[in-house]
Formats: sequence, structure tokens, C-alpha cells
Amino acid sequence: MARAATRLTRFNMTSLAAGLAFLYLPIVILVIYSFNASRLVTVWGGWSLRWYHEFFNDRAMLDAAWMSLSVAAVSATLATLLGTLAAVGLARGERFRGRALFSGMLYSPLVMPEVISGLSLLLLFVALNAERGFWTVTIAHTTLTMCFVTVVVQSRLTALDRSLEEAAMDLGCDPVRAFLMVTLPLIVPAIVAGWMLAFTLSLDDVVIASFTTGPGSATLPIRIYSEVRLGVKPEINAICTLVIAMIAVVIVIASFASKLSSSQAESAAPL
Amino acid sequence: MPLLRIEGVAKSFGNFRAVDKLSLDIRAGEFFALLGPSGCGKTTLLRMLAGFETPDEGRILLGGNDIAQVLPHERPVNMMFQNYALFPHLSVRDNIAFGLKRAGMARKDIATRVAEMVALVKLEGLEKRKPDQLSGGQRQRVALARSLARRPQVLLLDEPLAALDKKLRESTQGELMELQRRLGMTFIIVTHDQEEAMTMAGRIGVMDAGRLVQVATPRNLYEAPASRWIAEFVGDINLFNGQVTARDRGRLTVSTTEAGALAVSELWPPVTKEVVSVAIRPEKVKLSRRAPATDAGASQAINRLEGVVIDVNYLGGITSYRVKLESGAVVRSSMANTARLDVDAYLAGQRVVAWFTADDCLVLEQ
Repeated sequence: MARAATRLTRFNMTSLAAGLAFLYLPIVILVIYSFNASRLVTVWGGWSLRWYHEFFNDRAMLDAAWMSLSVAAVSATLATLLGTLAAVGLARGERFRGRALFSGMLYSPLVMPEVISGLSLLLLFVALNAERGFWTVTIAHTTLTMCFVTVVVQSRLTALDRSLEEAAMDLGCDPVRAFLMVTLPLIVPAIVAGWMLAFTLSLDDVVIASFTTGPGSATLPIRIYSEVRLGVKPEINAICTLVIAMIAVVIVIASFASKLSSSQAESAAPL
Repeated sequence: MPLLRIEGVAKSFGNFRAVDKLSLDIRAGEFFALLGPSGCGKTTLLRMLAGFETPDEGRILLGGNDIAQVLPHERPVNMMFQNYALFPHLSVRDNIAFGLKRAGMARKDIATRVAEMVALVKLEGLEKRKPDQLSGGQRQRVALARSLARRPQVLLLDEPLAALDKKLRESTQGELMELQRRLGMTFIIVTHDQEEAMTMAGRIGVMDAGRLVQVATPRNLYEAPASRWIAEFVGDINLFNGQVTARDRGRLTVSTTEAGALAVSELWPPVTKEVVSVAIRPEKVKLSRRAPATDAGASQAINRLEGVVIDVNYLGGITSYRVKLESGAVVRSSMANTARLDVDAYLAGQRVVAWFTADDCLVLEQ
């Protein structure tokens, strides 16, 4: 029985193929049609890079793409800073009062419906009379993605042997130096993975961005969404293909980083 | 004044009293072992000496200065960790140099000292390797070199050999002793392995439930344990409960239910209680087919117990036997296999006499 389960039976093959098709067929179709020469999305007119060319000449679309990338980069960086600090506080700090509450609240954005997060942030920005645009979206994305960074970094920190920091202190480091010289280099892969995760999440988001953005500062997903409402242009396919490619690269790097991180954690063990 | 004086040190974690008003003096240049079962507080005590735990009460005097509240990085004490805690992102050389850099040593001196340490622990040629490219034994050496590099006044070793296999452990024990003698440094080792403690340490402190129950040389600990608990913890022992029924010029007669009347020599301190245990180590119990010669002519009384061999365990150097007495009690005896072909070996089921002298017996309070 156990042997049969490890082999790919015909049934397993079929279900695997069906599952993959279900997940990736729409994306594959989108990618293929992005190279379609025809103006009609559903009619195949031969291979062409026409719509990529169109996109690189579409000022409004490029602005939106630039806006998205800068929001993603800035918010990911802020989220990584805050998230790492929170992770260190939770994993290394003494058991302070309200620790459970703090960690629970930190994880709430993971499960909170985005509409609610978006709406509450919108109300906050309106109440503060903040002009909506780049910074409001960036702040909103930072609050969304920070908890993901915290989860990644905290799990790495808990896996890390406490005695490494103690050894550093024993050898003459004060606690801050011990952290900087020993702990930080060992959690860098997790921090990098956290940043990548935050970056892609920010790039993906429509709901929170649509609540918190202002006129003239639409992110790429919002821009695409509003274009699509007027009918799907093949140019959208081209943009989506580029975004998919970028996210795929980032995710591959992030998974390499976290693999590196866990193999280092193993090598820190005595045998 | 001893190098290190621990005075009434106590430490609790919540309601658990890990170390309970413990006092101990350690002399300069001593190899001292803290021995005890897991959870006895020995590691907590070591961590207080290193500075990772702060005692709730009491003082820790190092060279006359109280260091109980001093932070770990400001103590002239280094520790070798049980899991070695080598920095995985640094090479062997950088691991060893880590503490020297922090001490603000000149670059040239660091290089010299690292080379010296590498030679000391015989790691030449491996300086550029990362810890994950080393074997268990090599990692242990790096950890040792790293903790010795700063020339601490006291080196603390937390179960330093626990992760090594038996052969390597035994050779490393010898090397550690040799190193300690050569450097003249004070070593405090924590271990739960009594053989390890007896092999290496000049003095052993036995801990139980946060208290130091006996501090003695290995020989005294084994031959004159202060309590029944220690006698059972350190090595194997046969115990017979009984009552003192007669005293005669340093000779006690203890009547036991399991082994009848036993003659026991009374050593210092004198036995004050009436209800006692007679203890005898297995290697001091000899077996023979017939009862040995009577007391006449012998300088001391001999106890003889008749029984049947129920179990023979051949262990190479020694053979250990279990002999069931008529009372149902079991006596353990171990005898050295001094000849390759032993025609006198006993077999299970054989009737034998297990005998031992009065001087070899210990009298312990129950």
C-alpha cells in the first residue's frame, strides 16, 4: 500500500494534470494571447509583440506601473523594517505584559477581509485630512504586509539557537552587538524573503489600494481594472504577462532565500 | 581566599527552586566537576557563573569581587556550550578570533593567538572551514579553542563531551585534562556522566534538587559516599537494610532481613543511628564455589552469603553476576576477567558463596 502510494498511478497523474490545468490554464491562455496580433481578444491573428509595444508607449499605463513599483518597493522596505523589529520583540523580548495581545493583533491583517482594512484606513486618512495618493497607499500596504514579514522572520528567529547569542555575549559582545554580529547575519535570508513577499503582495493588491489611493495616482492593478471595464484590450494581456513574469522571478528568489535560511539553521545545530 | 567563592546563591524559576542556597569554594587551577541528575540545578549554577542568569540571592566572588550582577560580556569567565554554539556564518579562524576582536586586541596579536589556539586543539589546516564542514569532534575542538582564546580566569564547560561518541569522548577527556594541567587554568565542568566526572575532575560536587550534597575527590565520593542517595547515584551498589545489634571495638553487627547478620567495620564518622543500610560495591563482592577460610587467621571478618547465580553478563573487562540469596534478595558481583581462558567462570544456576570483608562495607543512614 505504502509503495503504491508513492508511485504515480494513472489516477494520480490525471488528478495532478486536472489540478494544474485548473490553476494555470487561464494564465497560459492569457500569456499566449498577449502575443496575439489581432485586435480582438478572442480571435487568434498570429504571433506579434504589438501589444507590448503599445504598452511601452501608453503613458498612463506606464505611470501606473511606475506608481505600483515604487509603492511596492517603499512599502516592502518599511514593512520589512517594522516587521523585523516586531519579530525580534516577540521572539527575543522578555515576556512583557500584553505580549499575547500584541502578537494576536499583529496577525490580524492576515485574516481580516481586505475591504474592512481598506475602509478603516480610508476613514482614518479622511479623518486626518491626509491627501490621498502615493503615501496613503504606501502606508496602507505597509500595514498589510508587515505581518507577513513578522511571521517569516519570527519563525526563523525561533528556529535559531539562543545559545549563539549567549556565546557572543560570553565572548565580549553587549546584547546589541551580539544581535548585530551574530543574529542579524543569520536571519538575513528570512528578511530578504519577507521583503520579496511584501513586495509581491503590494504589487497584487487592488482592494486596499482602491480605497486609499487618490485621483491621478492609480496603481497598475487599479488602472487595469478600470480599463477592463471598458472592454478587454490585448494590451492588458501584455501587461499582465509582464507582471506575472516579474512576480515569478521574485517568488523564485524568495524561495531560494528561505531555503538558504533553513539550511543554515540546520548547520547551526551541533551534529 | 579561593579563586571563586559561591556564597548562599539561590535561583528560582517561578515556583521551582533550581538552586537552593548553595555555597562552594573553587581553588585556582582546579578541575572541578558539578555532577548530578538532569534538573538538579547544575546547569543553572553554571549559567549564573557565566552571567546568563542572575542569582535571586547570595554572592559570587571571583578573586574577591562580587560578580553576581555583572553582565556576561564583562566577566573574565568563558563558557563552552553543550551544543558548541559555533557561529555558522563564520570560519573556524573567525570563530576563534571573535572574542579577541571584541577585547580590542591588535590585529597581529589576534593572528598569533588564533594560530596558537589552532595548534593547541590540533586543527591546523581547517582554519578556513565553516562549522558545517567539520565533524562533531572538530566542532568540539573549535568550541574549546574559542572559549580558551581569551584566557579566561575560569573556563565553564557545559556537558562538553555529550555529543561525541564513546571512543572520541574518552580520548577527548584525556586531552582536556592535559590541556588544563598545561594551561594551569581553572575548569568547571557540568556533567551528568559520573565516569566522566571521576576521570577528569580533581574534586566533584554532587548536586541534587538545587543543593550540593557532597564535595569530594572521586575516590572519596565512590568509597565514602555521604548518603544512600549518593551511593546509589555514583556507581552500582548493593544495599541491605537492617538494625545495629552489637558494637564491639569498631566492629558493628547489623542484622538484616535480606542477608542475615553482617559484620561491618565502623569508620569515621561513627554511626549514631540504629536503623541503617549496609552498602557494598559489586566489585568488592567475590564469588567462590565453597565458603572461604574462616575468620581465624584472617585479619578481618568476612561476610558470606549463599545463593544461586541467576544472571551472568560478560562485559569484556569484567563479568557481572547476579546472585539470588535464600531470602530472595539479589546481590550483584563483578569480577575482573584477568585470564583469557577462565575455567572458573560461574554459570547461571550454579550454587555459589558471595563474600566480602567487613572493611569493604559502608554503613549509611536510611
